[in-house]
Amino acid sequence: MSNRRSRQSSSASRISDDQMIDLVSKLRQLLPEIRERRRSDKVSASKVLQETCNYIRKLHREVDNLSDRLSQLLDSVDEDSPEAAVIRSLLM
Amino acid sequence: MASLTNINPSSTDLVRRKKRFSVSSTASSRSSAASASTGDGESHARWRSEKQQRIYSAKLIQALQQVRLNSPSATSSSPTAQKRGKAVREAADRALAVSARGRTLWSRAILANRIKLKFRKHKRQRASTTAIPAMTTVVSSSSSSRSRKRRVSVLRLNKKSLPAVNRKVRVLGRLVPGCGKQSVPVILEEATDYIQALEMQVRAMNSLVELLSSYSTSGSAPPPI
Repeated sequence: MSNRRSRQSSSASRISDDQMIDLVSKLRQLLPEIRERRRSDKVSASKVLQETCNYIRKLHREVDNLSDRLSQLLDSVDEDSPEAAVIRSLLM
Repeated sequence: MASLTNINPSSTDLVRRKKRFSVSSTASSRSSAASASTGDGESHARWRSEKQQRIYSAKLIQALQQVRLNSPSATSSSPTAQKRGKAVREAADRALAVSARGRTLWSRAILANRIKLKFRKHKRQRASTTAIPAMTTVVSSSSSSRSRKRRVSVLRLNKKSLPAVNRKVRVLGRLVPGCGKQSVPVILEEATDYIQALEMQVRAMNSLVELLSSYSTSGSAPPPI
């Protein structure tokens, strides 16, 4: 059991080029910036990783903005108003 | 005679089933550690489903209600409003992590974040033992590269591009919760899942904002009864 586990972790650390390229091309398919391009024109792994970082930062910003927006909306909803009742009913 | 042969297989079958259960449970408990080598597409497709978004939305609303109860009446004065926005953000992230059901490192890291200060020392020790210098071995293995036919859309790696790739994976690891000190394949796997979870989070929060703002605008001009 312990033998198998150690083998597994060592195989994960020794990643082959093929595995690396597989993982990076999976990421590529998620990126709006380069997803639309044809499969035939290849992109460098470095470019994919750069775009991945940019995309995660963009999504983080969006979540930040939406959080602020939601907190404003929650504030604007009065405790006794019908909107508050709607929010409460959403919880049920 | 017939009854004897019937009993025996069923009892061994039970044992086998028990064994299989225990094996599968241990396999799932460390699946995220091993996922780097397997790379399952199905767990990622999960985030795209409508059902997952509904589950998340319910958890998000619950979390928001909690935020509302804990920090009442922020009168839009900038410090408290900012604090509130941050609280909403944290609640939204925790709800996302709970929706992931602890299958990934990033979700476990978000959930562990609350007690991070308490256990920081302990955590750091554990993280350093799991950190593996992965990319250093790639160079040596590239000499024996097989020319298999593959459907990939990424250029082959060469020695010149490797330092840049390494650097960018490190940056990426810092953007994905809990992946700051992980190996390269783990960071890439986790990022693939995390991006799709974030996309779902944005969709769910967007529709909640739309829903709430439609109520607040209609509420400002109440219909005559």
